[in-house]
Amino acid sequence: MADPMRIRARMEGEHCVVRVLMSHEMETGQRKDATGQLIPAWFIHRVTATSNGRVVFSATWGPAVSKNPVLQFSFTGAKVGDAIQITWVDTRGERRTDEARVSA
Amino acid sequence: MVVCWHVLRRTALTAGILLGAVSLAVAQPLGTAQAGGGLTPSASAQPAANDTGRAIEQYREAVADSSPGELWEIRGEALWNEVRGPRQVSLERCDLGAGPGVVAGAYARLPRWFADVGQVMDLETRLLHCMVTLQGFARDQLLRETFGDGPRRSAFEALSAWIAAQSRGLAINPPLAHPAEQTAYRVGRELFYQRGGTHDFSCSSCHGETGRRIRLQELPNLSEPAQARPVYASWPAYRVSQGEMRTLQWRLNDCFRQQRFPQLIFGSPASIALMSYLANNARGAEMNAPGVKR
Repeated sequence: MADPMRIRARMEGEHCVVRVLMSHEMETGQRKDATGQLIPAWFIHRVTATSNGRVVFSATWGPAVSKNPVLQFSFTGAKVGDAIQITWVDTRGERRTDEARVSA
Repeated sequence: MVVCWHVLRRTALTAGILLGAVSLAVAQPLGTAQAGGGLTPSASAQPAANDTGRAIEQYREAVADSSPGELWEIRGEALWNEVRGPRQVSLERCDLGAGPGVVAGAYARLPRWFADVGQVMDLETRLLHCMVTLQGFARDQLLRETFGDGPRRSAFEALSAWIAAQSRGLAINPPLAHPAEQTAYRVGRELFYQRGGTHDFSCSSCHGETGRRIRLQELPNLSEPAQARPVYASWPAYRVSQGEMRTLQWRLNDCFRQQRFPQLIFGSPASIALMSYLANNARGAEMNAPGVKR
């Protein structure tokens, strides 16, 4: 089971600024282990954020995104107290969804 | 997907992914390098060193309120409270010096003398002691798991991150009244200047003089309180280049490796003495750990 995300969502003027910290190894598939064997690729490749049933952000990631990535994005149309859900899916098909409330 | 530092400053509908200090160093605007003071023969490379330093500083600011180090803090808190080990107990009776189970402010008062073991201990040595005596873990097994590597995680790193964070904002103030604490400090100082190994190195070869650097990395003079303070106050730290939380035991262990010394044994009196020396040099600094390192 993947570790929880740390999600912070805050209103800045009319924008809701969301910062997400994810726990993931993000293996590129190009590294080798101590025995010279390739370590298989394993990274988050889909990220989706929804708020009030609306997809407010989505991304397709490749192997160039760092381990334990930090994501920041902003969107309009949110208000304090709204729930925001973030979901990631990795190349093994594992997924994790976490939720936070928008603060002032 | 290439995302630059400036993305973070945009307020419009944007997404930014921090790819780490390396890409930030590349993305950083060039120019306006400070004059380095020209103290060393390699002074011409000084602006580059400052650029790297500034890029790392920018990365620290960018992740200040969402550092990956927080992931270890979260795990550490859970580990402290989790019923684990052959005896199936939590660490909530572990005494870090402020009383059984008291974590707040404990890290700022370490290393210290512990009457129950008749020894000066740093945080990690004390955690090892608690995991063995309270939880019943085998010492040998724990010593094989001191430093994490990807999915192979270390309880010491997570616990240290969380426990250090519970001293955030407090002044580093290790006790120095007990004779054993004074001995640890003195031995640590001796070890700091002790030259040896195949390269006739000492800690002070790199960290005993102001204004030195190794390649582009500026080296703090740890014998100077003014420079020891911010360093000690920011450990344990998330090491961006490794994607791992690293502790002071790891830092000293790796310094020994770089000096081509015999391996520094985790929790050994030598490791504790060196930490006593560093902690006392850093006395008065405000704890701000876990930090972020390159």
